[in-house]
Amino acid sequence: MNIFQDANRTQIAGRRRTDWLLHILFVVATSIGVIALCALIVDILIDGIARLQPDLFTNFPSRRAEGSGMKSALVGTIYMLLIMAPISFIFGVGAAIYLEEYAKKGKITRLIQLNISTLAGVPSIVYGILGLALFVRLLALDRSLIAGALTMTLLVLPIIIVSAQEAIRAVPKSRRDASFALGATKWQTVYRSVLPSALPGVLTGVILAMSRAIGETAPLVMIGALTYVAFLPEGLKDSFTVIPIQVYNWLSKPKVEFQELAASGIIVLLALLLLMNFSAILLRNKYQKNV
Amino acid sequence: MEALININKLNLFYGAFHALKDVTLTIPEKAITAFIGPSGCGKSTLLRTLNRMNDMIPGTRIEGGIAIGGTEIYSNEVDVETLRKKVGMVFQQPNPFPKSIYDNVAYGPRLHGITSKKELDEIVETSLKSAVLWDEVKDHLKRSAFGLSGGQQQRLCIARALAVNPNILLMDEATSALDPISTLKIEELAQELKDKYTIVMVTHNMHQAARVSNQTVFFLNGEVIEYSDTEKLFSNPTDQRTEDYISGRFG
Amino acid sequence: MQSEGLQSIDQAQTVNKELYEFKNKRVSIMNKLMPVVLFLCASVSVLTTIGIVFTLITETYQFFKQIPILDFLFGTKWSPLIPPKSFGVLPLLSGTLMITFIACLVAIPLGLASAIYLSEYAPKRVRKIIKPILEVLAGVPTIVYGYFALSLVTPLIQSLFDSAGVFNALSAGIVVGIMIIPMVSSLSEDAMSAVPRSLRDGAYALGATRFEVALKIVVPAAFSGIVASAVLAFSRAIGETMIVTVAAGSTPNMTVNPLDSIQTMTAYIVQVSLGDTPHGSIEYGSIFAVGMTLFVITFLLNILAQYIARKFREEY
Repeated sequence: MNIFQDANRTQIAGRRRTDWLLHILFVVATSIGVIALCALIVDILIDGIARLQPDLFTNFPSRRAEGSGMKSALVGTIYMLLIMAPISFIFGVGAAIYLEEYAKKGKITRLIQLNISTLAGVPSIVYGILGLALFVRLLALDRSLIAGALTMTLLVLPIIIVSAQEAIRAVPKSRRDASFALGATKWQTVYRSVLPSALPGVLTGVILAMSRAIGETAPLVMIGALTYVAFLPEGLKDSFTVIPIQVYNWLSKPKVEFQELAASGIIVLLALLLLMNFSAILLRNKYQKNV
Repeated sequence: MEALININKLNLFYGAFHALKDVTLTIPEKAITAFIGPSGCGKSTLLRTLNRMNDMIPGTRIEGGIAIGGTEIYSNEVDVETLRKKVGMVFQQPNPFPKSIYDNVAYGPRLHGITSKKELDEIVETSLKSAVLWDEVKDHLKRSAFGLSGGQQQRLCIARALAVNPNILLMDEATSALDPISTLKIEELAQELKDKYTIVMVTHNMHQAARVSNQTVFFLNGEVIEYSDTEKLFSNPTDQRTEDYISGRFG
Repeated sequence: MQSEGLQSIDQAQTVNKELYEFKNKRVSIMNKLMPVVLFLCASVSVLTTIGIVFTLITETYQFFKQIPILDFLFGTKWSPLIPPKSFGVLPLLSGTLMITFIACLVAIPLGLASAIYLSEYAPKRVRKIIKPILEVLAGVPTIVYGYFALSLVTPLIQSLFDSAGVFNALSAGIVVGIMIIPMVSSLSEDAMSAVPRSLRDGAYALGATRFEVALKIVVPAAFSGIVASAVLAFSRAIGETMIVTVAAGSTPNMTVNPLDSIQTMTAYIVQVSLGDTPHGSIEYGSIFAVGMTLFVITFLLNILAQYIARKFREEY
C-alpha cells in the first residue's frame, strides 16, 4: 500500500522553486550591505592613500592643498577623548550602578529608564543645540574644547549607561551573596565584588561609546568647533577642531586635491575606529572567558 | 494487524555521537505503539526520523532504511513535504501558531494547495470534531488560539495535524506539559483515533504506555532492548534491563 | 605567664577595636553617601532631557514672538537669509521627508530581507561572518557616508540621469538608507529570534517549506517587532545630518523630484551654525524652532516604536 501515491508533486516542486528564488533574493539583499561596505572602503582607499604622507600628521591645515595637514584635528580629537572618557565613565557607570543595585522598582526608576532609552534615539544634532545653548552661551564656555567634550559626554551617556547596566546585570547573584555573607556593606559589595566582575564589560561599552563620539560631526559643528585651526589647544577653553570636522571642511571644497585630503582624513579616522573596536573585541572575549 | 512502518538496521549519528544503533522494528497500522526508555535513550530521535524532522539538525547522518507502506522515506520517491503531510506530529509543549483557532487548523491544508473557503470550513470542522474540540470552540473560531487552556491547545495541535489528512500521528511526550485531566482527555482521544490512524507515541510515563498502547518498545542507549505487546512487556519482560526499568530500578 | 599573655591579647583587641571602629565609621559613611552620589549620576540623563526641552521651548518661544507659529508651520517658502525673509518650514519638512522616504525604501526591504536570511536561512558559519560586517556598517561615521555619497553614488546617479545635479536628494537618500540597513536588520532579527523554535517545528511538521515558515509563521509572529524597527529607522533617517548636509544640497525646495537639490531640517541647522549668526537674531532663533520640530517628530516616533515593541513582548 503506497500512502504517498496521491502526492501532488508538481505543487511541491512549485513551492520549492519559490523557496529557492526567495533564498537567492534574501542572499542578494544581504550582500548589498556587504558590497556597499566594500565599495565604500575601496573608494576611500583609492582616493586617499596617496595623501597619507607624514605631512598629514605634522602640518596644520592651510588654504593650499599641498602640504596641508590635520595635526590640530588629530590632537583635538585625542584631547576631547581624554576629557570625555573619565567624565562619561564616572557618570555613566554611576548611573548604571544606581539603576541596577540601588533603585527601587518603581515609577521614578521606570521613568529614568524610559528617559535613557528615549535619549538614545534623539538625533545627535539636537544635542548640539543643547550644547550651544547650555555650555557655549549659558555657562559662557564659548566655542571651546570643554564645551565640545561636555556636549559629547551627554550624547554618549545613554550608550554607556545601557551597556554598563548589562554588564552589571551579568554578574551572578552568588558573588553578591558571598560578599554580604562576609559582612560587607552594600557599597563594599558593589565596589569590591560587583564592579570588578563587571569592569571588562563596562570598559567595552565605554570604548564603543568613545568610538561613536570620535565619528560624530553634527553636534560639534553646532557648538562651533572651528574648521580652520592652525594651532594646538593649550587649555580647556581654547578653540579646537576634530578629525570629522576637518574632513567635512575639506569635503566642502570643490577642488579635487581637497577631496583627496578628505579621503585620507577618513582613512585616519577609520583606522582609529578600527583600533578602538578591536580593543573592545579583545576585552569582550576576555570578559566572556571570565564569567 | 499489518505492518505499516518498517525500520531496517537504522543508524543515526549526531556528528560523532551514535544516537541510534542498528534499530530494526516494524510498526503495525491502526494501533498505538509506545516508545519508552530513560532520557537520552534515542526514543525521541527515532520518532523524529519518521517524519524526517532530524534533517534540520546540522551534522545528522543516517544509515539503513525506513519504509512506510513499502516506500523508502529517505529516497527521492517521496518529497519531505508530502512525508510530513502523511506523518503528522504533536509536540511536547502545545505550540499553536499566534493566529486564530480557524487559521491554525487551516494552515496545513492551505499550504498543500486548498483555497476554497467551503472546503476549508469543512476540513476545520471535521478536524476539530475528530480532536473532540469542536463543541468547545465552534462559536469563536476567529479568536486567538492563545486564549485556550493548555489541554485545549494540545487538542488544537492534534486537530491541526489531522487537517492535512495524515495516516500516521507521532506524539512526542504530548501530555508531559498537561495537567492530569487534560492528559486523560488526550489519552482517550488517542484511543479513538487509532481506529483511523497509526499512532506512535514517545512517553516518559510508563503507566501511560501501559494504559494506552498496544505495542511497546523499550530503548536503552540508542538500542531496541525489547519490543512486544504492551501487556506482555509489562507483565512478563524477557530482558533483565526491561524488568529493571519498568520496576523503577533506574531511569 | 598565662595572665600576661591574656593581657597582651586584651591590648591587641582594644587596638583592633579602635581601628575597626575607625574603619567602620568610614565604611558606614560611604555606605550612606554613595546611593546619593549615584542617584545624582543617574539624574544627569533626566536633566539632559529637561535641558533639551527647556532650551528648545524658551528659544522657540522667542522665535514665535517674531514669526507667527502658523506662518512657520504652514508657510511654503523658507528664505531665512535673503530678503524678503520668510520662515515657512514646509519646504524643509518636505526635503526631510523625501530623504526619509527614499532611505526607508532602501533600508526596510533590504534590512528585512537580510534579517529573514540571517534568522531563517543562513548557516551558523555564514551568520558569524555577516553579522559583524553589518555591525561595522552601523559603526561607520556619517561624515564617511557623506563622502561615499558624494564621490561614488552621485556620479553613478549622474551617469544614469542627465538631469541630476551634484547635490540631489536621491543620492543622499540612498546612502542614508544604506546606513540604516544594519539597524533594521538587527532589530528585526532580534524580533524573529524571539519567536519560539516550537512554532517553526509545528509548521515544518505540517510539511511547510522554509519560505512558508519564514513568511507565514515567523514574520507575522514577529510583526510588531519588525514594525518597531521600521519606525525607528524612519526616525533615524529624519535626524540624520551629515550625509544630507554634504550630499543633498542647501536649496529649500518643495519638490517631488528626487534628482533636485533640497534642504533638510538638519542641514539647515548646520548651515546656520556654520555662518556667524549673532545670538538673538531671528536666524539664530530659527534653528531652535526647526530643532524643536525635529525633536518632537523623532521623540513621538521613538515613543511609538517602544509602544509597539512592548505590545509585542506581551504576546508570548
